[in-house]
Order: sequence, then structure tokens, then C-alpha cells
Amino acid sequence: MSEHAIDARELTRRFGSFTAVDRITFHVEPGEVFGFLGANGAGKTTAIRMLIGVLAPTSGSATVAGFDIRTQAEQVRRRIGYMSQKFSLYEDLTVQENITLYGGIYGVSDKDIVTRTGEILTRIGLEHAGKALVREIPLGWKQQLAFCVALLHRPAVVFLDEPTGGVDPITRRKFWELIYETGAAGTSVLVTTHYLDEAEYCRRISIMVDGAVAAMGTPAEVRKAMGAETLDEVFLKLTRPGSGAAA
Amino acid sequence: MSDAPAVEARGLIRRFGDDAALQEVSFDVAPGELYGIIGPDGAGKTTLFRILVTLLLPDAGSARVLGRDVVKELWKLRTRIGYMPGRFSLYPDLSVIENLTFFASLFDTTVAEAKETIEPIWVQLEQFAGRRAGALSGGMKQKLALCCALVHRPEILFLDEPTTGVDAVSRKEFWDLLARMRDEGLPIVVSTPYMDEATRCDRVSLMQAGRLLVTDRPDAIGRAYPRPLVAVRGPDILGLLGALRRFPHVAAAWPFGEAVHYTDARRDAAPDLITRELSAHVASAGLEGVSMSPIPAGIEDAFMWYMTEQAAA
Repeated sequence: MSEHAIDARELTRRFGSFTAVDRITFHVEPGEVFGFLGANGAGKTTAIRMLIGVLAPTSGSATVAGFDIRTQAEQVRRRIGYMSQKFSLYEDLTVQENITLYGGIYGVSDKDIVTRTGEILTRIGLEHAGKALVREIPLGWKQQLAFCVALLHRPAVVFLDEPTGGVDPITRRKFWELIYETGAAGTSVLVTTHYLDEAEYCRRISIMVDGAVAAMGTPAEVRKAMGAETLDEVFLKLTRPGSGAAA
Repeated sequence: MSDAPAVEARGLIRRFGDDAALQEVSFDVAPGELYGIIGPDGAGKTTLFRILVTLLLPDAGSARVLGRDVVKELWKLRTRIGYMPGRFSLYPDLSVIENLTFFASLFDTTVAEAKETIEPIWVQLEQFAGRRAGALSGGMKQKLALCCALVHRPEILFLDEPTTGVDAVSRKEFWDLLARMRDEGLPIVVSTPYMDEATRCDRVSLMQAGRLLVTDRPDAIGRAYPRPLVAVRGPDILGLLGALRRFPHVAAAWPFGEAVHYTDARRDAAPDLITRELSAHVASAGLEGVSMSPIPAGIEDAFMWYMTEQAAA
């Protein structure tokens, strides 16, 4: 059993003759905030669908929270949290009802749901809004709430798919502080984004190009290895080789 | 074309129920200018654009586009404006060329007549001419939408969040296209939630909660940052944030990628004094491996500063 929160080896997925994910190997440490980057269509979503146990790999292997995604997908799904840009919250339920509903689905006890609801609302400053319908609260709060809901069952790894699009820079930073706290508390966070300034917040990143991992390391290491000033420049060099990428 | 401003907005106000979407918005766009409205979702960008392209009436205030009033002279304006709305608004079941032909016919023109105008974009799209618009990649959809907004050869272009959801490479290509069209004299007003895109514009307004926070050239906005700014680096960002926010002279401390940007409340404090005091402070908080250096402010620093100031006002 792997010590890593995520340990992917030569993970591959083909659809017919198309190789969406091409032998990717990487790991994520417990408590690490890991940025999973790539252009639209580079294979990020397919890779994540395998890692959360909803799509079988064609070849290769991976463990998530110590469980094999191929043979123990059920255990994997129970040990992870997932939040996509289309928040999975119910707009017509109140903040509190959403927390209770998801707590129940994930098998959190009633007693724990009550305690954790209090903790969540205090942490994100929504104490006064527990009875507000989710559709009435601002976007920034919805994002933070969706993130906390994905953490309700204390998962070992949480997957965030393009989490902070569209919010103002202060709200975005409050969200990142929440991510850092989550990492510091021991939960690993895998964030996908195609906004490269976002990637600078991650401890390590990988950049996928055409299904394969083309670069990996801390943001500073990746910039240095590619001889680039910014991750934007790295990205251009990787995806448009020979385009004279000095943006 | 005259020397009159391409856009003149004066005190625009628009409410939706209790929600004040625009609160006295005023700005000018010069002829041939690439002008950016930078702000997050909900700032009021789309409401502003809809008023300027004559699709929505303001509750108060006025606006002229190409010298014409957007309310009283809307029929004289519509055929002269190119507008690309934020949501993909083409027909997904029609092919690329069918969409383009359709939009040309709406304006009583033909694709052939527009050939020169759309040429720089068309060369990138042409290979997909027969593909259904719905089956295009995000970047190509954006380029098709831009072609459709240009097909009647407008005298000004309004693009509402053209790069949202598009990857970094396609975004760069799209901005390169806009710069080319601007160089040929077309005034362009573009909105975006991405602060880094401000540097691609001649001038920008930063917009938040229905108001323009500040309007200037992008480099001037950074230079006008009203307090000393220091980038602080270290392995423990959370620890740094906590320590810096406890420093007696802190005005703001925000995570900024691998660093924390610290703003000192003392307007005229010397940078080396600040870094000396801060170094002692973080050391006494038990933080190790910390380095720091005074830095010039960027658009995002400025946005957060003015946003905080506005919230306090």
C-alpha cells in the first residue's frame, strides 16, 4: 500500500484509437496542494475521472488514499471529496439543508453533521446565513461552501476542478487560504485549472500536453527548467514549440 | 470617422429590483483605442455592455457610441456596432460557414463583402468551415463568434468576456488578433475577469459592485498604488499571512502565488526600514527561511486596494 495520497503509475486511457491519457506517472503527498494543469482537451478531466474511481484505466495503475482505483473504486470514492466549477450544491435548499443532505449521503453521523455545520459556517463567515437559500448567496460564498461540503466526510484527498473562476481577487485569495488550511490539516488537494497565475499557489504542479505529463515540479522549478519568467511562458513553450514564446 | 470619442458614458445607472447593477458609471473610449473593463462576475460588466450596444435602457445617465445616443438613436447605431456576448450565442447545429453566412444575411451583406475584415481570423478558421459550430474547441468557437460580430464591418467592437474559459494559448492568440484590429483603427471595448489581461489594453477601468474603481493606463494604475508594497517569501505561507497581519503597521497582506504581498499603512515609510522591521517581526514569530523585497504594484494589487477602500467608504 502506497504512503502517497495519490500514486499514479503509467496511468493510461484510450478511447478507440485516441489516447486521452498517455502513461502519466506522478504522486501527491498527504497534505500537499498539487496543481494539475493543461490546455483544454489535454486529458486532465479523463485523468481525474480515473482517479476518483468512475472511469477504468486502459492500462497502468493508481492508488488514491491507499486504495487501488481499479479493484477498490468503491473505497476510493468514499475517501475523496470532489468539487467542480458547476457547484454540486442544491440552489433551492438552504445552506444548512445542503450541508445536512451531503453529510447524510456521505454517511456522516447526525451528531457530527451538527458540529461540522457550526464549524463550517463560522469558518467562512456565514453564521447569519444558515437559513438562506443557496441561490441567494454570492458566488464567492457558494464556492467556499461547496468546498467545505466536499470536505464534510473528512476525505483524504479533495479534487477541485477549476474552482475559482470569475470571483474578485480578494474572494479568490480567501478561497486559497481555505485550501492552504485544508492542506495544513493533512488533506491533500488536487486542483485543476488552466489559469496559470492560479498555479503559482500550488506547492507542486504538473502540466499535461496531449495526454502526457510534459513538466512537473514546484512552480519555480518548472519555470527554471523551461528557462521561462512566468508559467504562461512555460505553457506557450510546451504547447506551441517553436512559436517564439516570449509573450 | 470623426475625432469624437468612440464611447462617452455619463452617470449610467441601472437597477434590477433592489440590486444596483450600475451606479453612476462614466468613462470615454478614444477613437482607435483598445479599452478594457476589468472586473469579476457580478461587477456589472454585462449590464454596461448591453446598455452600450442598445439592448438595455439605463434608468438614468446617458451614453453615446460613435457620437450617437444609445437610447434615442438606437436604430442608427445597431448596424454600426459589432457585439460579441459573453455566452456562446451561435447556432451549434449549423456549420462554421453557415453561421457566418446567416449573420451576414441578417445585416444585408455577404461573407464575400466582409472577406477583408475577417481575413486575419478566417485564415485560422477556414480549415473547420464545414464543422458544426458546437463541435469546435473553445478557442475556435471564440474566433467564430468574433468573425460573426465582424461580418457586417462594424465601426466599433464590444466583446463581453471573450476569453473566459479559454486556455492560456488561445487567450494569447485572441488578444494578438484584437491588437491587430486596433492597429487598423477599430475601437474595441472588451471586458474580462482576468486581471493579467489588463496589460493588453491601452486603457482600462477596474470595475467592482457596479462602480468603476479607477481608470487609467495599466502601467499607471500600478505606479499610482498609494502605499509601499513588499513581496515576502517563505515555505509557510499560512504562517506568514498570520504573522504579517499581526504586524502593527499592516494595511493588507494577501497570498500571491508563492509569495505574500504586504502593504504597509505608512504612506512614506522607507522600503528598507519596512523590510528591516518586518524581518525582525517574522523572526520573532518563529518563521524561518523568509526573504522579502519591495516591489512595484500590479493591477491585481491595485484592484484589491481600491476594492477594500470602496467597501470601507
